Amino acid sequence: MNPFSSGTRLRDMIRAIRACKTAAEERAVVRKECAAIRAAINENDQDYRHRNLAKLMFIHMLGYPTHFGQMECLKLIASTGFPEKRIGYLGLMLLLDERQEVLMLVTNSLKQDLNHSNQYIVGLALCALGNISSAEMARDLAPDVERLLQFRDPNIRKKAALCSIRIIKKVPDLAENFMHPASSLLKEKHHGVLITGVQLCTDLCKVSSEALEYFRENCIEGLVKTLRDIANSPYSPEYDIAGITDPFLHIRLLKLLRILGQGDAGASDCMTDILAQVASRTESNKNAGNAILYECVETIMSIEDNGGLRVLAINILGRFLSNRDNNIRYVGLNMLMKAIMVDAKAVQRHRATILECVKDSDASIQKRALELVYLLVNESNVKPLTKELIEYLEVSNQEFKGDITAKICSLVEKFSPAKIWYIDQMLKVLSEAGNFVKDEVWHALIIVISNASDLHGYTVRALYRVFQASTEQESLVRVAVWCVGEYGDMLVNNVGMLDIEEPITVTESDAVDAMEVAIKCQRLGLTTKAMALIALFKLSSRFPSCSERIKDIIVQNKRSLVLELQQRSIEFSCILQKHHNIRSALVERMPILDEATFTGRKAGSLPTAVSASSIIPCNLPNGIAKPAAAPIGDLLDLSSDDAPPAPVSSGGDFLQDLLGVDLSPASAPSGTSQSPKTGTDVLLDLLSIGTLPPVQSSSSAIDILSSSHDNKAPVANLNGLASHSSLSANATSPASSAGMMDLLNGTGAITQKHEENGPAYPSLVAYESSTLRMTFNFSKQPGNPQTTFIQATFTNLSPNVYNGFLFQAAVPKFLQLHLDPASSNTLPASGNGSITQCLKVTNTQHGKKSLVMRIRIAYKTNDKDVLEEGQINNFPRDL
Amino acid sequence: MINACQKIHFVLLISRQGKVRLTKWYSTYSKKERSKVLRELSGVILTRGPRLCNFVEWRGLKVVYKRYASLYFCMCIDPDGNELEILEIIHHYVEVLDRYFGSVCELDLIYNFHKAYYILDEILISGELQESSKRTVVRSVAAQDSLVEAAKEETGSTISNIIAHAAK
Repeated sequence: MNPFSSGTRLRDMIRAIRACKTAAEERAVVRKECAAIRAAINENDQDYRHRNLAKLMFIHMLGYPTHFGQMECLKLIASTGFPEKRIGYLGLMLLLDERQEVLMLVTNSLKQDLNHSNQYIVGLALCALGNISSAEMARDLAPDVERLLQFRDPNIRKKAALCSIRIIKKVPDLAENFMHPASSLLKEKHHGVLITGVQLCTDLCKVSSEALEYFRENCIEGLVKTLRDIANSPYSPEYDIAGITDPFLHIRLLKLLRILGQGDAGASDCMTDILAQVASRTESNKNAGNAILYECVETIMSIEDNGGLRVLAINILGRFLSNRDNNIRYVGLNMLMKAIMVDAKAVQRHRATILECVKDSDASIQKRALELVYLLVNESNVKPLTKELIEYLEVSNQEFKGDITAKICSLVEKFSPAKIWYIDQMLKVLSEAGNFVKDEVWHALIIVISNASDLHGYTVRALYRVFQASTEQESLVRVAVWCVGEYGDMLVNNVGMLDIEEPITVTESDAVDAMEVAIKCQRLGLTTKAMALIALFKLSSRFPSCSERIKDIIVQNKRSLVLELQQRSIEFSCILQKHHNIRSALVERMPILDEATFTGRKAGSLPTAVSASSIIPCNLPNGIAKPAAAPIGDLLDLSSDDAPPAPVSSGGDFLQDLLGVDLSPASAPSGTSQSPKTGTDVLLDLLSIGTLPPVQSSSSAIDILSSSHDNKAPVANLNGLASHSSLSANATSPASSAGMMDLLNGTGAITQKHEENGPAYPSLVAYESSTLRMTFNFSKQPGNPQTTFIQATFTNLSPNVYNGFLFQAAVPKFLQLHLDPASSNTLPASGNGSITQCLKVTNTQHGKKSLVMRIRIAYKTNDKDVLEEGQINNFPRDL
Repeated sequence: MINACQKIHFVLLISRQGKVRLTKWYSTYSKKERSKVLRELSGVILTRGPRLCNFVEWRGLKVVYKRYASLYFCMCIDPDGNELEILEIIHHYVEVLDRYFGSVCELDLIYNFHKAYYILDEILISGELQESSKRTVVRSVAAQDSLVEAAKEETGSTISNIIAHAAK
């Protein structure tokens, strides 16, 4: 009886699974097999262990859970026979990965097998270690691997070389141990060893500058000679691919030369001859040859300048671009992106061809070409290129529209020679693909329009025309609605007519019709409708003849099922009916929007004026600065009940932003009892209280451009008549307050302000592990030494993204701690970004005791929960 | 810093029907990520038309794929890797499979999936190329196969000895 042929064999199981007609049948077969395997595992069955593992691997590949087989891998690896070990290692690599603790148990077996007398077993161990080693294992087993680099059999040496790459990537400090053995691999004749040795040297150069210097000094000539030998070698059947001897070795040598030549003129000089030879003599009619040429071009571009070689390289790319093979064209485009940094003029020569590639039927090529065109644009060619791209936008397929739109918008914004051209191009893009543009794009457009006062009439008429043609592109509708609301009178009276314009006759009621369409259209979203409602409200005073109709439309929305619209409608109709005295002031045209504020915010930092604006409530660019208390009086008069003034003031502040009202003249007759000074004091107080105040410090005029959430609070405040005014502003849903925080770029703005005011403390690396760093920046408000504001910045030091990031802190009783929400709960890998979170600590024993804090950081990486804890005792003493 | 690392992040073999025939992960992916990768990529690659280029840009990485009969061979690399070389590596692997199985077909790879893995392990370690000679690869796998055969016979005979003893 042969144990390898009894029971359900692997083959039978696969056959049974393949015979299943439905997924349910397959599940049943798998369940039965799994049950049998589990039973065998429980009985500690030895004879069929390896067959069971093979079955499990197949089941694993089908996507079923197989974790219960993990220990079986370890048992097989620990057994003595080669067949068991072979399947055991395969299972280890397949079923486990480096994050599983089970892996730690295998280190010992690996160590034994690395020293085994059977070289195939050594090979298995090296392969497994190379594929799944963790940093700990790498550290433990590095000496064994290093020794195997000198093993007698070349097949082991090459495996050990690749294994070493894994080790130095996991633990870069070990690099110097591998430097010398690696350089001796470069002298080998065996191609496998040579390939892996070159690769190891390349990776060593990347982790250690010492290695880089060493190889530069000692190995360049040898490498050049090896490359020359291989390039000139006669036909050798074992390594021949399409008439070239070992293209893989070619490519790896070129890569290593690239690293060695970059930034070193002497080294670059040594390799010019051979690079020229490879670039000019390699056959380019097969893929293998092109792969070498491609690598050679990249090396020529990266090493120190040699004019002649670069011409050769750009010519090769030119040939690539005109190749019929899509793969070659693709890599040609890809490499031209790098070439553009070196020689932009030469790349410009291929512009026409590249533009053709944007229109290719292959999405990968389109994308590459578009990226390249984007880099090719400059002031002198922006007009024709934009024209081409917009024309193409009309015919491009849906998936590509988003990409191409984003690129056009960014180009137009960056290189626009004139405002009118910018507006024209943006209107074209929006009417073609408005649904694909991001909010920032149409926000930016509105700001430009607002600043181009001589073009207001032209723009609103142009927008009206395209709006009449189609309401399909929502962001276009939004811009149109906003402009009609602001500049409706110019639309009707043909103000500021330009020579190039065709005259257009729009009556007041036509304009109102358009807004009604926007409100009633089913397809359009809430934000658009809310904007249309505001536009109508504004038009009500601009078009007296239509005011009754406007009132009707607004009233109709009182029954809207959408709370936002209902609320606005109630508020607006109330103003229209009862408060004529302030209406005209409320609906005045918005002051010119501040470009600097907007771009500042877009870039992620607020201009100082805004973050410190709690004191100057209005920093409108046109210079109207007015005390916050003025609007309070008005609103209080409106509400005619005794709501506390302070919270309302914030609303007033917003109101200015929202509606662009200049209320200061109106405040004089209203005889408010609040002096401007006390008003600001109240605001200041508010600022030091809770989490909402940041909202109040926002006085930027762009708020209306943000989504409806942001508008909600101020509008709610207007609703003073309903006597819950003071609450409604602050009690808007968490979503809206989050939106408002967002306005200020999260909590960062608060600290920024405090940093300006308070004494300076050095920042502190409060916690650091191998995977995470947390730094604290301290600031205090003058006059309040007890309270410290801490901005914590978290940086991810590992190559894996952290999700569900949560920071917690605890303090002893004499301290009070307040944590603001973090800027994000996802921490990008390798320090490519950070999370910030603000803490406020009040030290009741200030001057006697210093701060102390215990922290806990939890996150998920690679699907595994990680918890890091620590205590911080090294706070600056006087906090 | 220029990129000179050719690391392959993973190797996938997917049939035209979307069935997974081989997966090898050289970079760390959680179980969830793995199935997501498989789902997304088979969606992208299987739907691409013929005569398009063999590269797909996907989540900031590049997937080089090539179809052989009913199987798609896919390898994922960093965006600045050498795509043409990866095509050669794929072809290298296919040629070795072909030599080993003798005109390989999908069924060979289903019933002998572990062999396909053994061969891949002789070509790539940690996502780096190990051997450019097909003959060396085939020889090494064959040598290990014969070790297994030898062990089998030995075990077979010992067990039949035991049975023979017990029967006595």
